[in-house]
Amino acid sequence: MSIKTGIASALTLLGTFISFYIVYALLTNQLFLLDIGWLLTAFGPIYWASLGIGLAMGLSVMGAAWGIWSTGASVMGGGVMVPRIYSKNLVSIIFCEAVAIYGIIVSIIMATGLKPYNGDDPATLAMNYESGYRVFGAGMITGFCNLFCGICVGIIGSSAALADAANDKLFVKVLVIEIFGSVLGLFGIILALILSSEAKFGEMK
Amino acid sequence: MLLFNPQYGYLEGMVRGFKNGLLNQTEYQALTQCDSLEDLKIHLAGTSYGTFLNDEAAVVSSSLISARLRDKMVAEFEHMRNHSSGELSKFLDFISYQYMIDNVCLLINGTLNRRQLSELVPKCHPLGIFEQMEAVTIAQTPGELYNSILIDTPLSEFFNGFSEADLDEMNIEIIRNTLYKNWIEAFYKLCKDIGGCTEETMCPILEFEADRRAFLITINSFGTELTKDAREKLYPECGTLYPYGLSMLGKCDDFEQVRQVADTFPNYRSLFDGVGQGASDFTLEDKFFKHEVKINMLVFMRQFTFASFYSWIKLKEQECRNIVWISECIAQKHKAKINNYIPIH
Repeated sequence: MSIKTGIASALTLLGTFISFYIVYALLTNQLFLLDIGWLLTAFGPIYWASLGIGLAMGLSVMGAAWGIWSTGASVMGGGVMVPRIYSKNLVSIIFCEAVAIYGIIVSIIMATGLKPYNGDDPATLAMNYESGYRVFGAGMITGFCNLFCGICVGIIGSSAALADAANDKLFVKVLVIEIFGSVLGLFGIILALILSSEAKFGEMK
Repeated sequence: MLLFNPQYGYLEGMVRGFKNGLLNQTEYQALTQCDSLEDLKIHLAGTSYGTFLNDEAAVVSSSLISARLRDKMVAEFEHMRNHSSGELSKFLDFISYQYMIDNVCLLINGTLNRRQLSELVPKCHPLGIFEQMEAVTIAQTPGELYNSILIDTPLSEFFNGFSEADLDEMNIEIIRNTLYKNWIEAFYKLCKDIGGCTEETMCPILEFEADRRAFLITINSFGTELTKDAREKLYPECGTLYPYGLSMLGKCDDFEQVRQVADTFPNYRSLFDGVGQGASDFTLEDKFFKHEVKINMLVFMRQFTFASFYSWIKLKEQECRNIVWISECIAQKHKAKINNYIPIH
């Protein structure tokens, strides 16, 4: 059983449950169960913010780990016959690690901004809900950008190691491609910081 | 591609390291300039082969060199096979079945001619050793051999369609070719099932191998008692010649007709150009070897594929053949054709 069949069956199962839920709501005249607006406001702002922070950290680490996984295996394999590649190719691993660092920077900045609030005043509520959505969006951006950046840098890093083992003049050239790949993560963190800089929790002053 | 490296990346890196250690043009030039086999041994010590002949007390001869080169390749292959897991293990096992088929045919032939086991076992290729090889002399006929021993080996699935009576009557070469045909078709199916980059790189190589086999069976059967029907049953069906080329080949009577069949396929037309019946610089088999080296080298332009393992073994075998050719020319002091090895670059 390959991973592809596993993912396909999980997605099919999820799709089946969602469609059954929708059909149940339709047929039993309970369409309020499908209210997206209710979904958006039922979860409190702190929940949305925490979800964003969790995604930022979790997906960044997943991308970094995937990248180091791919590169590390190739560096070790290529280094059996050509031991000189070990030291230079640690740079590829560091590029992957940088992706995880982007994730933790964004998560810490967003997590230190969370404060409790009094739920009576509608203006305070509005400010907090907006901030919650902002932090959720920023977390999603960071998480997914870093995930794909990490995978990309990992695969290029493995090719860089094998090219270096064959011909040592090739390493710097493939490194340029890797730098372009790692810029993707930078885009994510810049946008996330812009989005979450306006996020203010707590009481309105 | 995304999930290839964690499981197989280490071994792919290692096999690429082995491939980078193949001899290059300057090293071949140095070998052809040698005057004696001792000289050749010293030059080989400077390449990736290292001091592999240093422990030999006997006089260096080309058969000794050939055996030691093969041992080194087998040691490297066995190292990788022991470290492999999952689909790569199956793939590497399939590569070794090719040598197992040769060994089995050697043993069947030996049993029929009542040879001693101690004569036969050293001639077997080390990659194709299976358990119970020692028990082979128990059987008196090929049919018994199959029923008692071969049915437990991985080769049993390639014996489809044979009954015990068939095995006793059939010519050993026909058995070998039918086993080979079943092996290459099963290998093709395995590569297609693995999918991904492996399928894209391995399938063209296996298609060329199947077509080459069909051409060589046809050409070598002219003047023998092999009937056209029997010949057609030996052609592997996983190549680009299937089905129309194979049926055309099945009707050929001489070399010119085979060349006409090849002319309808653009990639084979160029291989048949310039090959005549007389002595030319390169025979048809040499041209097939050259094309094989070219497609095997191209595999190393791709990453995340199992074909690197197959191609490395084929290139290493070609290198062993080259070095043995050069050493034979040197040993017999007949250096006119010493540059007729197939360059690997």
